[in-house]
Amino acid sequence: MAECGRVDSNTSSGHAMDKSITLPPDEIFRNLENAKRFAIDIGGSLTKLAYYSTVQHKVAKVRSFDHNAKEAASDKLYEISVQEEVTARLHFIKFENAYIETCLDFIKDHLVNTETKVIKATGGGAHKFKELIEKKLGLKVDKEDEMTSLIKGCNFVLKNIPHEAFVYAKHADSEFRFQTTNPDIFPYLLVNIGSGVSIVKVESEDKFERIGGSSIGGGTFWGLGALLTKTKRFDELLQLASKGQHTSVDMLVKDIYGGSYGCLGLTGDLIASSFGKSATADKEFSKEDMAKSLLHMISNDIGQLACLYAKLHNLSRVYFGGFFIRGHPVTMHTITYSINFFTKGEVQALFLRHEGYLGAIGAFLKGAEEDNPNQYSWGENYAGSSGLMSVSPEMNPMQRARSGTFDMLEMDRLERQLVNLPLLQDPSSYIPDTVDLTEDAPAREYWLYCFEEALDGVVKRALASQPDMPEAAVRAEKFRQKYRHKLQTLRHQPFAYGSLTVRSLLDTREHCLNEFNFPDPYSKIKEHENDVALKYYQKAVKSLEELSWEDKQFALVRGVLAGNVFDWGAKAVSDVLESDPEFGFEEAKQQLEERPWLVDCYDQWLERLKGPPHKCALFFVDNSGVDIILGVMPFVRELLSRGTEVVLASNSGPALNDVTNSELQILTERIAAMDPVIQTSLQEDRLTLVQSGSSSPCLDLSRLDKVLAMVVRERKTDLVVIEGMGRAIHTNYYAALSCESLKLAVIKNSWLADRLGGKLFSVVFKYEVPAGKPSRDDGALTP
Amino acid sequence: MDIGGTLVKLVYFEPKDITAEEEQEEVENLKSIRRYLTSNTAYGTTGIRDVHLELQDLTLCGRKGNLHFIRFPTHDLPVFLQMVRNKHFSSLHTTLCATGGGAYKFESDFRTMADLQLHKLDELDCLIRGVLYIDSVMSGGPVDSECYYFENPTDPDHCVQRPYPLENPYPLLLVNIGSGVSILAVYSKNNYKRVTGTSLGGGTFLGLCCLLTGCSTFEEALEIASQGESTRVDKLVRDIYGGDYERFGLPGWAVASSFGNMMCKEKRESVSKEDLARATLVTITNNIGSITRMCALNENIERVVFVGNFLRVNTLSMKLLAYAMDYWSKGQLKALFLRHEGYFGAVGALLELLHPSESSTNFS
Repeated sequence: MAECGRVDSNTSSGHAMDKSITLPPDEIFRNLENAKRFAIDIGGSLTKLAYYSTVQHKVAKVRSFDHNAKEAASDKLYEISVQEEVTARLHFIKFENAYIETCLDFIKDHLVNTETKVIKATGGGAHKFKELIEKKLGLKVDKEDEMTSLIKGCNFVLKNIPHEAFVYAKHADSEFRFQTTNPDIFPYLLVNIGSGVSIVKVESEDKFERIGGSSIGGGTFWGLGALLTKTKRFDELLQLASKGQHTSVDMLVKDIYGGSYGCLGLTGDLIASSFGKSATADKEFSKEDMAKSLLHMISNDIGQLACLYAKLHNLSRVYFGGFFIRGHPVTMHTITYSINFFTKGEVQALFLRHEGYLGAIGAFLKGAEEDNPNQYSWGENYAGSSGLMSVSPEMNPMQRARSGTFDMLEMDRLERQLVNLPLLQDPSSYIPDTVDLTEDAPAREYWLYCFEEALDGVVKRALASQPDMPEAAVRAEKFRQKYRHKLQTLRHQPFAYGSLTVRSLLDTREHCLNEFNFPDPYSKIKEHENDVALKYYQKAVKSLEELSWEDKQFALVRGVLAGNVFDWGAKAVSDVLESDPEFGFEEAKQQLEERPWLVDCYDQWLERLKGPPHKCALFFVDNSGVDIILGVMPFVRELLSRGTEVVLASNSGPALNDVTNSELQILTERIAAMDPVIQTSLQEDRLTLVQSGSSSPCLDLSRLDKVLAMVVRERKTDLVVIEGMGRAIHTNYYAALSCESLKLAVIKNSWLADRLGGKLFSVVFKYEVPAGKPSRDDGALTP
Repeated sequence: MDIGGTLVKLVYFEPKDITAEEEQEEVENLKSIRRYLTSNTAYGTTGIRDVHLELQDLTLCGRKGNLHFIRFPTHDLPVFLQMVRNKHFSSLHTTLCATGGGAYKFESDFRTMADLQLHKLDELDCLIRGVLYIDSVMSGGPVDSECYYFENPTDPDHCVQRPYPLENPYPLLLVNIGSGVSILAVYSKNNYKRVTGTSLGGGTFLGLCCLLTGCSTFEEALEIASQGESTRVDKLVRDIYGGDYERFGLPGWAVASSFGNMMCKEKRESVSKEDLARATLVTITNNIGSITRMCALNENIERVVFVGNFLRVNTLSMKLLAYAMDYWSKGQLKALFLRHEGYFGAVGALLELLHPSESSTNFS
């Protein structure tokens, strides 16, 4: 059935209304002052509130000086300013029904200038609280169909949140196995287990159909369970079930056969008849055992029906939701078991991280249709979202209820619409991250430690970036606390935000920095480095031009690699850089591992260069300063000279000392002024600058700016170059592309170097030609 | 004999054309067994002969006689074995054909306690042979046809039982509801497969009823259920939506959540044992109905035959199944029932004795 766990007031999970509860609401109902458009989903025990708000936060902007005024102004390369920018954010808050009144009061008091007149409402409890909401908020309650809301919400999270869906494996190293984001989410089956079960086939954004259902659902477990065990609360019933032995209540195949029913492949432990052993008046059964048997009976039954429907409609993606599932490891496990049994592993039971929010998200989207939220891409804000809670069945239900008292999800509207890189060989199997830290415990240990260790430095850097702001110290401290808290959460619940990866750790840090208005801690350092490096550009190019063709090719590659050493991680070298950049650059080249490198495809690359030029190269750049100016630009220049068009992709927003798109625009102009090759290429549109759509030190090729994808397609790009540890090692090391690719990086972390079988400053130079494309390694051709 | 999880089903052929010479030769033991079986309708405290099912003047193996149908609970098997021992059954050197899980589980007990070797047979093979055989001997016979259905299943006032000639039965879905449920797709006499099964069967109904109402027998549970009202226990679509859920074509009377009202403490306190038993019966029956319907769709079969002892004296469930099949398939599916509900496995085993098997293992 459609309703999710709607329960009459008197059965609600047992907490008395406690109006004396004090909330820390500024931490919870954030950005209320600008909130508009509300939606509410009131279930049997939890309320989910959704609102749209605008967030004002600081962004770092760079602007080229007016050339005429420049001489007078300063010797600065460009102007850095911090501006206020308004972005859109979706807030979702989940809390117990007991808090509704307190929460509504709070909202009323803090809602300042909203023109909102209606609040979309869904969920079984919507009509019960209708009057209260209308009275408290002065908004008209507009009821939305539950199933429609649910499906809309489901489509939204599947499209916008990477690692939304997961497979649950109780006994695996990591219980949660997150699914890669498949851009093509349809068709799928959603099995919503509320008090009853609804099975819905979703074929497109607007087309879905309830193809079936069952009356044996969460309500049956709860109702029958309460009768059998005299236990009132759903959570307690699950807890009982997790401790019970169903074999004392159920009649197993072996109870009938003495063993297995071999010729049918029915094993002895299979349940032949649920509650088959309780058909007697003179035996007592424990509450735990009965609850367990009931749980198995219901989970198996739902699993079986889901499989029959999936088979009939030929669907392999089956998502489970509803209050019966909602974050309960016990039911996720039994449903998974049942699906595996009935489909022999052909269908996987999938669960959703934000399953509890689907109704609220959907109702909200329904009310916000005029804003076209589906036209935008959205991203989960790690700083403002609580993440998936570990709800251990062993935990006391009261404790559990409290730990999940307020759960939040925040999603930022991204300025750019994100799509797949069209050059991915198989978008559905692409995984950006090289190591899944949720599964790799030693790596997780190391990186969590590493990020914690680095925190002081980051705080210092953030503070230093805003010397003339007195309150910066307070914000910096808040940032420290927030990020440290995130790291602690991740230590205990690595799966909180999907798969834990170096990328997610870096992104979380960026989100937290932004949260406290440290939009670009490295802006000044970047500027300085850029400025210094620019001074050596012409000299560097000139010395390259003096080399023979073959020597030059090698020098160019070494240049990119040496440039990449200059990352703010490698402090020892950057000190040298500051004093004498030219010397530093040479020094860096000395540091580089001698060939053969750790991964060394240079010979193949050289051979390839002897062949015809590439049509168009897409270059994902990394750091500012020496890296981009003395390493990447000369390399790009050579490609351009060969007749290859180049698309330089840089970050849309700041992350560490990575060069941003707006910085790169200025730098390229400056280089063009010194270098006719670059100048002409820009004028002829053979050198193009695009933004990646990302603000991460890593790279997710499945979420890139739509314009980038368009340019790549139009130019018939046949070479992708990915540079740096973040983009080519932590992510994309195994990414398979449909054209030639170069992944180059210097390993600047001794632990990682060790892992990869190399040492500090080991070089990865990975040149790949997709299978089926002729690689030019016959060596017959000369330039 | 068919030894199931809950009941033992025994089929006994009593030759009526015994000549005087034969009578002379017949050993005393056999006579006493025959007399014991045919002169009683109840054995011990739990054994029962279903007299109304008895098939008279049947020709089996060239002999004319009556086929008797006897059942007793599986947990009384030791008592039965004791009796077999006392009556020196083993001295007859007769093979006892047995099927059902108990044929495997109790094989050694038969040997040690009663000195009997069992000829074990697969239960699904036996089931199908039994169904086909009984239907064939019954069709055109003097009594009512073996197979029947309910006319106007969706109209309680005009719902009547009608004979159904099972002349060209294939393909058919055979749903055997014992303690658990097996669903078979039968394409011909020797070609069938087990499509699926569910653990929510007769055993679940009885097991839950015993826990919820304190009853102890199937008959008792059914009797209590017949006096109850499931809508007090179940949450219906109309309890949630006030009427039909039109968006999805769900009628208001449909059950939205079995036992859903029992989430509420007050309602838990106000329901009767009768209501609970009825709700259990309706829940289990409807669930079998919906799994069956999905299997029928997946296998593309329109005829469904329900058998098994869960349906014995259980018109409530049969009418519910007939209704559910008809309503949810919009008249596409027909639910059929057989008079000898739970005895087909045992009959199939008996046939093995008479026509040693063409195939005793046939699994596609």
